[in-house]
Parts: sequence; C-alpha cells; structure tokens
Amino acid sequence: MADTAKLPADSFKPMSADDRAALDSEKIAAPSLTFMQDAWRRLKKNKGAWVSLILLALIFIFAFGSAIVSPHDPNQVHPEYANLPSKIPGIGINGFNGTLVQAGQRIDAYKQAGATGAHYLMGTDYLGRDLLSRVLYGTRISLIIALVATLFDLTIGVTYGIFSGWKGGRVDTFMQRIIEIILSIPNLVVIVLLILILKPGMLSIIIAIALTSWTNMARLVRAQTLEIKEQEYILAARTLGESSLKIAFKHLLPNLSSVIIINTMFTIPSAIFFEATLSYIGIGISSPQASLGTLLNDGQKNFQFLPYQMWWPALVLCIIMLAFNLLGDGLRDAFDPRTKE
Amino acid sequence: MAKYLAKRIFYLILTLFIVITVTFFLMKLLPGTPLTNQAKLSQSQIALIYKQYGLDKPEWQQYLLYLAGAVKGDFGTSFQFSDQPVSYLLSSRIGPSLQIGLQAMVVGVVLGILVGAIGAMRQNTWVDTTTTVVSILGISIPSFVLAVLLQYYLGLKAQLFPIAEWGGFIYTVLPTLALGATPLAESARFVRTEMVDVLSSDYIELAKAKGLSRMGVIYHHALRNSLIPLITIVGPLAVNIMTGSMVVENIFSIPGIGEQFVKSVLTNDYPTIMGLTIIYSFMLCVVLLFTDILYGIVDPRIRLTGKAN
Repeated sequence: MADTAKLPADSFKPMSADDRAALDSEKIAAPSLTFMQDAWRRLKKNKGAWVSLILLALIFIFAFGSAIVSPHDPNQVHPEYANLPSKIPGIGINGFNGTLVQAGQRIDAYKQAGATGAHYLMGTDYLGRDLLSRVLYGTRISLIIALVATLFDLTIGVTYGIFSGWKGGRVDTFMQRIIEIILSIPNLVVIVLLILILKPGMLSIIIAIALTSWTNMARLVRAQTLEIKEQEYILAARTLGESSLKIAFKHLLPNLSSVIIINTMFTIPSAIFFEATLSYIGIGISSPQASLGTLLNDGQKNFQFLPYQMWWPALVLCIIMLAFNLLGDGLRDAFDPRTKE
Repeated sequence: MAKYLAKRIFYLILTLFIVITVTFFLMKLLPGTPLTNQAKLSQSQIALIYKQYGLDKPEWQQYLLYLAGAVKGDFGTSFQFSDQPVSYLLSSRIGPSLQIGLQAMVVGVVLGILVGAIGAMRQNTWVDTTTTVVSILGISIPSFVLAVLLQYYLGLKAQLFPIAEWGGFIYTVLPTLALGATPLAESARFVRTEMVDVLSSDYIELAKAKGLSRMGVIYHHALRNSLIPLITIVGPLAVNIMTGSMVVENIFSIPGIGEQFVKSVLTNDYPTIMGLTIIYSFMLCVVLLFTDILYGIVDPRIRLTGKAN
C-alpha cells in the first residue's frame, strides 16, 4: 500500500452538533435565481454583448437627447461653411484637424472658409449643415422607424404564431401556407410596392416594414407553441377551465419570452437596414428630414473628394447593426441553459 | 417523391397566381397613366394611347388578359420605354443579374464554409475569434456601404478593377464581392456552430479512434454532416442577394434587373414593376423548391411527405 494517507488521530473524533449543522447537505448555498436573473447574470459575463448593450444605450441617449440639446440645428444651412471636414479640437491627425487635400495640397479648409473659431466635430455637408447634428438626427429617425416597425411586427408575429400553433390542424396548415406565400416574394420588393401605394414617408416605411417582416417571428413562435402546448402545466390549466386567452397570456407568453426577445434583437437591425436601403434608393425619408440612409446617399455622391461625409454615417450604421447582432447572440447564449460557461 | 414534386409544383403555381393577382390589383390602386403630356393631348389621342396599353377595357378584362399573357411570358408594354415589351426589357437584363447573383452565392458560400470550418477546428483560439469577427462584420456592414468602399479603394485608388459598367468577367469582381459578403458571413457562422456540435459527437470520437488522420476526420465525417443544414439557409441568402443587388447594381451601373427595378420605381413604370415582382418571386420559389428537394435527397431522415416542417 504505497499511497496510504497519514491522518492525524484527532480527525477520527465524533462530530459536534455545531459542525453537523454547518455541513447540512440539504442546504443550498447559492441564492436561487429566477430564469431572467440567471440569463442576466450570464449576459453580463459575455463581454461582446455587454459592450454592445452599453454602446446601444449611449447611442440611444445621444440620438434622443439631441432632440433637446443638439450641438447645432440639423437643418440650419450655412452655405459659406459648406463641405468643411472634421475638426476635433486638440487632435492634430490629418482627417480630424480641419484640413483637406485640394489640388494635391493640404490646406486648412476652416481658414479658407473664414470659420477659424468654429469646430464641426464631424464636419459639415454640402449645405454647410453640421454633420454631427444630422447624424444624430438621422440615427434618431432610423431608430424610431426600426423600433416602431419592430413593435408592430412583434405584435402581429407573436399573435399569429401563437394562434396558429395553438389551433393546430387545418387552421395551422392554412396559416402556414399564407406565410410561405409571403416568404416567396423578396421582402424589399413588397416593401417598395407598399410604399408606392402609401406614398413615401416615415409612416408608410414603418407600415411597410412591419407588414412584411413578421413572418420569421410567427414561424418561431408557432414552433415553440407547438412544443409548449403539449406540456403538463398547459394540460393542467386547461383541466382547471382556464380560457384559451388566459392560457396564452399567463402560460404561453412567459415561456415564449426568450424566443421573442432574441428574435427582436435580430429584427431591429434588419428594419434599420431596410430603411437605410429605401432611403439610399431614393424612396425613403425625403429632405430636409434625414435618416442614416439618406445621409449615406448624400455622402456617397462626394465620396471621392470628401470621404468623411459618408464615413461618419456609415460608421454609426455599422456600429448599431453590429451592436444589435452581438447583443442578440449574447442573449441567445444567455437564455440557452445548455450554453457552457 | 413524384407525388411530393407534383404537390410542390402545384403550390408554386398557386403562389405565383396569388402574387400576380395581388400585384395587379395593387397597381390598379396607384394613380398615374402612361401619358406624359396629358394637357396637350386631344381626347382621341388619349383614347388611342389607352387602347395601345389595353387600358380601355374594364379592369377584370385587363386582369384576365394580363394573366393569359403572363403565362406565356408576356408582361405588357413598358410605360417608360414606349413600344418596348416588358418581357424584352427584362430578358435582356436578367443575364448580368443572374451571373453576379450566382457568383456571389458560390463565392460567398464556399468561402463561408472554409472560414466556418477553420473557426470550428481551432475552437476558442485566436483563429476562431478572428473568423467570428469577420463573420459578424460581414453581417453588420450593409452591402451598399461595402460596395462604395470596394469601388473607391480597389477600383479607384488601387486601379485593380473597373469601377463601373459591364463587359466581361473583370467587371463582375467588385459587385460579386460586395454581394457575397453577407452569404460568406452567414454561412461561416452557420457552419461553425454546426461543426462545433458535430465535432463533439460520438461518431467523430470513433473516427479518431479508428486512427483516421485529422483531415480525414474533418473532411469525411465532420464537414459533410455540418453542411447538410446549410442547404436550409440558401433560400434566405438568395433573398439577401436579390435585395442587395438592387442597390449594388445601381452603384456599379450594371444593366441588370435590380437596377431596372429601382429605375422603374422612381419613374412609376407600373408594368415593368409588376413584371419584375413576378420574376423575383418566380426565382425565389424555384430556389426554395430546389433546396427543399435537395435537402430531402442528402438527408434521408427528412421524409418528403408534402407536409410543411
């Protein structure tokens, strides 16, 4: 016996009552967490998702805060200050110091325009409007469109999905056929047709996006509902005589919440993308209103000479899309108990 | 199989019929006529132009005529280019769109498989992180932003590729890259997730235990099984490419149907818009049908019973 442990004699003494109480095997040491608390804890561990959440919060605060306090009026035209590049005080790097290359030479655009005292952090556009204010304003419009459209599409999609899954049978088959037909036309084509009928504008973009993008949500919710409705607690609720509506709200919705939240995180960026595409094509938001898409469209015209006019809105758009995607991924992992920690 | 196919083709025709009907009546809701200078035309001239476009008949007759024409591939006459049948306009433009779309799909999916597989093989290392970052960026950057950047940096600055126009393979490179980014990113993400799952399954352990080489295990067992579910995202990717092509074709001035769609929307060319809507949904239906059948063939666990899901 080579591996005999040498234990001191006093480790064989009987346990005292206090020791026994401390070693209670039935006691649960960690605080018990609800599903949402657990998900939140896991989300906080995911660096990408956590950073995205903070970034999104900041973007929301700045975009909506600019409605009250804006660095400049986004629609104030200053023709004499047109096309000034970015100038951030204290930064001397070319591209952020108010200089630009003209006819092969780097010149100070602010001096040339006679605006030596002014600082436009993101520069100005072709009408001399402050680009930072316009980007904030555009972000706000884009976010409003995306959020309202998502809210509608959430309502339609979840209701449709629960109804279809709950009813089952022929109703379900018929409702799924309708979805298949909608899915067999590219989304953007339908959105464009709807906007033509509703006349371009913010409201029609919201309606068009909401009416076309609920299918995905409906499918996911239906699949989950089919699974959940076979569970015992639903049977119990039915046996106790709960109405279908009450079961849907009290039992189905809470159990579907993770699917719904995750899918929403992917619906919002796609709505932002659709809005940007529409405005970029020229049937979205029209001037003097601005969205990220119209700013990109304006910026793209001058990209060769004034690249900053497209870089800034493009950067903001990409950050928003990236953050929502990362947050969606993070939430999916957080809600999935199988995720390894 | 034959029964399933017949059923699917019946649904395809039904879908197209509904699409045609809905678009036709939606278009009738819109204001606008093919007349460009209404005030200067006499009553008889207007009547003649209406007759030329078949707008003199009651709407239900127009609808039936349109339906009969659509079956034969005749979508009426363009409002914008008088005397040009829509079918001619579209058939001369579909080539470039198909070429770029297919190239983007093939390049995107093949590279995506590669990137995803490499990421899964080196799970939780810097290689994996890099490939994940690449794929999340590909999903987050809209194709039209990428298109402008590619056009400027690779086309104008580096002079590697022509910046616009159409005429030969070299002209397709930039649009293909711009459109292929999303399929690349999506399929890379998909393949990585699938492959991580597959790599931890028992039959991979068995293959390793048999003494197969690492590449043998990856190629014969892991990759093949990870790729089957990839077929399901081909449909959504096709939608993505069609959507992207509308803007990307505009940026690179490619004479394709995406560019035509935007042009027709901006000029209220209703017959062309209708024709394009039908073409788009036809293409998508065919892709969906094709992927469903393919899925049934490669994965014998899926029974083609004609039931959805």
